[in-house]
Amino acid sequence: MSSKIKLVVIGNGPVGHNFLEYLVESGQSENYQVTVFGEEPIPAYDRVHLTAWFETQSVDDINMVSDGFYPNNNFVLHTGDKVTKIDRFKRVVISEAGLEVSYDKIIMATGSYPFVPPVPGHDRDNVFVYRTIDDLEKITAAAKTSKVGAVIGGGLLGLEAAKALMDLDLQTHVIEFAPRLMAVQVDDGGGNMLSKKIQDLGVSVHTQKNTQNIGDGDSAFHKMSFADGQELETDIIVFSAGIRPRDELARQAGLGMGARGGVVINNNCLTSDEDIYAIGEVALWDNKIYGLIAPGWSMAQAAVDHLTQTGTSEFTGADMSTKLKLMGVDVASIGDAHGTTPNSRSYTYVNDREEVYKKIVVSEDDKYLLGAVLIGDAAEYGSLLQFMLNKMELPSEPEGLILPSLDGSSSGIGVDALPDSAVLCSCMNVSKADVINAVEAGANDMSTIKACTKAATGCGGCTALVTQVLNCELEKQGVEVNTDLCEHFAYTRQDLYNLIRVGKIKSFEELLEKHGSGLGCDICKPTAANILASCWNDHVLNSGLQGIQDTNDYFMGNMQKDGTYSVVPRVPGGEITPDKLIVLGEVAKEYNLYTKITGGQRVDLFGARSEQLPDIWRALVDAGFETGHAYGKSLRTVKSCVGSTWCRYGVQDSMGLAIKLENRYKGLRSPHKFKLAVSGCTRECAEAQSKDFGIIATENGWNLYVCGNGGMKPRHADLFASDLTEEEVITYIDRICMFYVRTADRLQRTSVWMDNMEGGLEYLKSVVIDDKLGLVTELEEEMAAVVDTYQCEWKTTIDDPEKLKRFSHFVNSKSHDDNVIFTTEREQIRPAVISERITEQA
Amino acid sequence: MTTENQQWFDICNIDDILPSMGRCALFNKQQVAIFRILDQQGQEQVYAIDNYCPFSESNTLSRGLTGSITDKVVVASPIYKQHFDLNSGSCLEDESVSVKTYPVRLNGSIVQLAV
Repeated sequence: MSSKIKLVVIGNGPVGHNFLEYLVESGQSENYQVTVFGEEPIPAYDRVHLTAWFETQSVDDINMVSDGFYPNNNFVLHTGDKVTKIDRFKRVVISEAGLEVSYDKIIMATGSYPFVPPVPGHDRDNVFVYRTIDDLEKITAAAKTSKVGAVIGGGLLGLEAAKALMDLDLQTHVIEFAPRLMAVQVDDGGGNMLSKKIQDLGVSVHTQKNTQNIGDGDSAFHKMSFADGQELETDIIVFSAGIRPRDELARQAGLGMGARGGVVINNNCLTSDEDIYAIGEVALWDNKIYGLIAPGWSMAQAAVDHLTQTGTSEFTGADMSTKLKLMGVDVASIGDAHGTTPNSRSYTYVNDREEVYKKIVVSEDDKYLLGAVLIGDAAEYGSLLQFMLNKMELPSEPEGLILPSLDGSSSGIGVDALPDSAVLCSCMNVSKADVINAVEAGANDMSTIKACTKAATGCGGCTALVTQVLNCELEKQGVEVNTDLCEHFAYTRQDLYNLIRVGKIKSFEELLEKHGSGLGCDICKPTAANILASCWNDHVLNSGLQGIQDTNDYFMGNMQKDGTYSVVPRVPGGEITPDKLIVLGEVAKEYNLYTKITGGQRVDLFGARSEQLPDIWRALVDAGFETGHAYGKSLRTVKSCVGSTWCRYGVQDSMGLAIKLENRYKGLRSPHKFKLAVSGCTRECAEAQSKDFGIIATENGWNLYVCGNGGMKPRHADLFASDLTEEEVITYIDRICMFYVRTADRLQRTSVWMDNMEGGLEYLKSVVIDDKLGLVTELEEEMAAVVDTYQCEWKTTIDDPEKLKRFSHFVNSKSHDDNVIFTTEREQIRPAVISERITEQA
Repeated sequence: MTTENQQWFDICNIDDILPSMGRCALFNKQQVAIFRILDQQGQEQVYAIDNYCPFSESNTLSRGLTGSITDKVVVASPIYKQHFDLNSGSCLEDESVSVKTYPVRLNGSIVQLAV
């Protein structure tokens, strides 16, 4: 205990938190007694994605702290308390709440604050800044009684704030002092194009406006007066005029400061006191403050390396190139975007129809890229950035890099030409060598690469590039990227799907004869069965289809370890009448079945022998039950809460929607099982965000989340679209489902499917919402065909004596399987273990 | 395998077993999994192995999916998916494991097993 180094981390923002994650990764955290102070009432959240909060108003979406991170690592976290004093003589820090904590080392990660220029009236009511969740809550509250909002500052954050005001249904204005938007990152041409695009979205842009006074308005709460004599009336004002380091604590402690603020640090992020480090936006390196997240993370890593002596990384400045989506508009800026390098040349491509602006700045001899601006289409960002960072020689006509290729060929760089040191993912600082090492260690798809290198998990801008490197390496290492389904079919599942649908193939024999070899196997048969069902929706027990079903599909039950089956009737949305519940109990009692409530809000009956299944199901079907498809790769359940019908918090009828959705998608065969849930309010009692499709009620409709799952590798679903009507929810799920059925691999859950898709969520949106592939009509028709031809497989079966023959255990006897032996536990049956069998038989 | 002095017993009609599937027969108090496979030459073949799966310790092999792995005709255990060679009874994933095979033949449309 006494040997532990006392470490105090001041500030619990993204950078302070990342420092702690890196500390844990270094394996040295147990040598430190760590105390963390955070001024905000909640632990670290992702400020960069603050606008995401508006979409759901849930902190969970931007929370950065994994469950139990602080207690599991024995880090003491004081939220809602800020450090007010560092006593370097007594070696203690003192907090506002009066805590006194002694230290050996300090990490100062106090961040920055939004600069509010001293314009008269800046302290009026309904004037805000945009940095914390608290700020957002205040803006949201004020927006309820407002019509017009104005953001002062047309930089990156200002435009983010404008997006937030738009989302709050305010008539939105952006006021910028400079002659263009994003003056730091983009040039005049780019700024103009950006203004144009943003005005198209309904935001009014006012450049070259110097706000001189804020006073009472006539038609709105405020009146803003500008130096040029013009005026603007608005109800809300948000200042976003730059940031300033939160350096008052450092100043009080007497640390070395920059002339215009900021704590001076060296390459190890040490301040003038060798026991105090500073990282993130409070730190001043080479007279520069870095206002982006990636440099903050590099500083955190450098500080951990130096503190624990487990690494040698240093902070030596950062490339401020950036790519982002502002209100859906792609904006990217690389290096010397303004062409200020002496004698540099530039090439510009402007397309007014598509509203695209691209410029590259190159060296005098055309050999090296110095900078670039991309507006409206930033597809070339990844390769241009690599050209600049790695000082790679440009092709002889560099303008080709930004010109649209008329023959459809790509003008980007071959990833093979990149040096190993090339940083592919600047958010997570992942180099090409890191990706190569991961591939050598066995990673062979994007979701594994993401999991083990963290590449492409930040802004995601590098996904395409990382994928290219992955594929190139796999090929180079002779890892034949064999995507054949099995030895009988030299095709992927997606290929087979197309062959079956286009060739109107209706049986496995036909598929094997036309496209395969051998007899088939337990891989390709169920896959074909599944695709045939998705396409033509014939009964799984129709002749020609039975022999290729997985045994669970064949017996329409889930085989358990002793060869008996479980029976799961459908209970849509988990809603069940007392009479039906009694039938379940009666059937379970009559056949002596073990009974358990499932996580999907229905009842599972275990221990049915195959020959009992028809009688059990006859009783259930007679009582109005249908099969629950628990045995199939298909829709399982739509979990739900009671919603606005009963719950005092519910804002929509989640129960009604859940039942509708379950009845719509029941029986659809898909590459893997999939689940839905519907919650009636943001309290999210149905746990919709852990489902393939999660629907959460809002005041205005429904938010749709996609591609989540529980299980071995849990993944939260991503927000797909907000405030949808019921019809829109159904339309989007129809389209996504059928696109998944078409394109996923065998046994691939929606999460992995989307993660492996180039472009991920954004691409999926473009296909489903914007109809980028011109597919949506087809997808909807395919879904309609499946919905229209639904039949309860069990009902069809019990009506057909021929189909019932196969359920007897023996082909030549009415006996039972004498190896199925139960014993009793907690008043119900369970399979007997070996020792129990011997006793019973003796 | 099939010798002169074997005594053959009728088990069922071939139509009681669906093409490329198995059924379990009770024979001499043993559970025997009988499979009906149309081979690559288009010939109807029958195979018989133990119904007992040594991995899951359950009587389930007759309910597995059949197919071919390279040149072997196999059934996959429906529980843990190991493959058994229908000719030899040996497990493809674990050489040390095999299941018993039984003499079996088609006599006209009647499936027969021999002691």
